Amino acid sequence: MISRLQRKLEAGEFVITAEVCPPKGTDCAEFLDKADSLREHVDSINVTDNQGANMRISPLAAAALLVRSGIEPVFQITCRDRNRMALQSELLGAAALGVVNVLALTGDHISFGDHPQAKPVFDLDSVHLLDAISGLSSGQDMSGNPLHGAPHFYPGAAAAPEAEPFPLTLFKLEKKARAGARFFQTQAIFTPGKLRSFRDATGHLGVKIIAGVFLLKSGGRARYMNARIPGLSVPAGIIEVLENATSPLARGVEIARRLVGELRPYCDGLHIMAMGREDLIPEIIKEVR
Amino acid sequence: MIVSKQKPFAEILAALEESRKIFLVGCAKCATVCKSGGEEEIWQMQEQLASAGKEVTGSIVIDEACHMLRAGRDLRGRKEMVGDADALLVLACGAGVQSVSAASEKKTVAGLDTLFLGNIRRLGQYEEKCSLCGECVLTETAGICPKTVCPKGLLNGPCGGMQDGRCETDPDAECVWSQIYKRLQLLGKVENLRNSLPGKDFSRKLKPGKLKIEK
Repeated sequence: MISRLQRKLEAGEFVITAEVCPPKGTDCAEFLDKADSLREHVDSINVTDNQGANMRISPLAAAALLVRSGIEPVFQITCRDRNRMALQSELLGAAALGVVNVLALTGDHISFGDHPQAKPVFDLDSVHLLDAISGLSSGQDMSGNPLHGAPHFYPGAAAAPEAEPFPLTLFKLEKKARAGARFFQTQAIFTPGKLRSFRDATGHLGVKIIAGVFLLKSGGRARYMNARIPGLSVPAGIIEVLENATSPLARGVEIARRLVGELRPYCDGLHIMAMGREDLIPEIIKEVR
Repeated sequence: MIVSKQKPFAEILAALEESRKIFLVGCAKCATVCKSGGEEEIWQMQEQLASAGKEVTGSIVIDEACHMLRAGRDLRGRKEMVGDADALLVLACGAGVQSVSAASEKKTVAGLDTLFLGNIRRLGQYEEKCSLCGECVLTETAGICPKTVCPKGLLNGPCGGMQDGRCETDPDAECVWSQIYKRLQLLGKVENLRNSLPGKDFSRKLKPGKLKIEK
C-alpha cells in the first residue's frame, strides 16, 4: 500500500504534516480529537516516540489508533529504547496495523527526560535502523532470515540543516539516503537561507525535504527550548521580538506563518510542530494550502 | 586503569552495622592511583572507623587485588587478623572485592564504586575513552572511539543534537564526531566518513567475559 505522503511527494505535490504528541496515559480522546481537527488540513500526522525521552503511550499504539480513524500517521521510532530485535518486531507490528510512513530516528538522550535512571539502549543508530527497514521491506530480517509477509514502508530520516559543522552532518545524510531514506524531515528552521543551502547541498541525494516549522508561544518558552530541545536553536532576534510583543502567541503564529511562506520555495513539504496548540495550525498554513 | 570512587562513609558504616571488628583491604594498583584504596586511604579509613566505634583488626594493601592467587596468599599471611574480624572492608574495584570474597568466608563489604576503564589526564582527572566493547573500530575512526565518547555510542556520524560541534548532553564537551572529523581532515582522510560502520556485534561481548590463552 502506498501512503498519501509517498504518493504526493513522488508526484511532486507539496505536502503538509503536523505533529501530535501521544498522551501520557491511556486516555487518547484528546489526542484523537486534535488529530481529527487536522484531518482536512494536513496530509499525515507524526506521532512522536517518547518525545524528549519522556515516557508516554507507545507511538505504535497511537499510530494504529490514527489508522483506525482513517488518518494517516508518520510513525516515529527511535533507537533509544529498543534493541534491534524490538525495533524490527515493532516495525512488523506497525506494518500489520496499516502504518506505512516511518521516521527513523536516533532519539534524544535519556538524560533529557523523566526517566534519567533508564538504560539508554542505542543498540543501532539511525543509519542501521534505515538499513533494517530496507531489509524488512525486501523480506528479510537483520540476520538474513526470511519473513512470512514483508512490510511496505515509506521511510524518512531526520536532518538538521542548521547544525555545524554542516559538511560532517552531510556525510551522515548521505549514509541515510543510501540506507533507504526517501524523505528528510528537518529540525525546526528559523533562517530560510539555511534551508536553501541545505537543499542545494542535498539535491544530489534525490531525497524529498519536509521542512520543520515550530510555533513559538513566548520568548520564555523559546529560551527554554534552546536550553532543553537538542538541535533546536531559536535566534536571539526572534526571542526579542516575542518578548516585546503584547500578545506573544499571536506574534508566534505570525512568525510561523511568515516562515511557512519563506521556506516554501526550498522544500517539498512542511512539518508543523505546534506543541499543544494544534488548533492554530490551519491559521499557520493557510497561505500555502 | 580501573577508576573507582569511595562510597560515602555513612553508606559504608551502614553496611558494617552488624560488624564491630573490621579488617581492611586496599589495592596497590588502580585504587591507589585514583586515591580510593591505597595506603593513605586505608589509613584514613582506619581512623574514621575507630572514631565510629569500630575496632580495626588489621589491614593489607594487596599488590593487585584482582589477582586471585595473590589476594588469597596475602590474606593467608594475615590469617589471625582476618580470622579475628567480623567483616572485610575492601577498598578495591569490583574485581578486587571478588578476589577477596573468593578467598575468605567472612562477610565482604565493598567500600568503592567501580566507575570505568579510564585514561589519566593528570593526577586526579580521569576520562573514559574505551568501553571494552570487544570489537575495536579505532582504526576506522581516526583513533577516537565514538562507541565510548558519544553518549549514544553512534557509529555513523553525529546525531541531530550536535550544535557548533558540541554535544547535546554536555555543551562543554566537543561532539566526538566533530573530533573525528577534525582529525580526519588533518590526516587527509575525510573521505573515510563515507563508509558506514555496521551495528556492533554483541555476541562478541557476552557476559561474563572469559579468555584462556592456549599455549
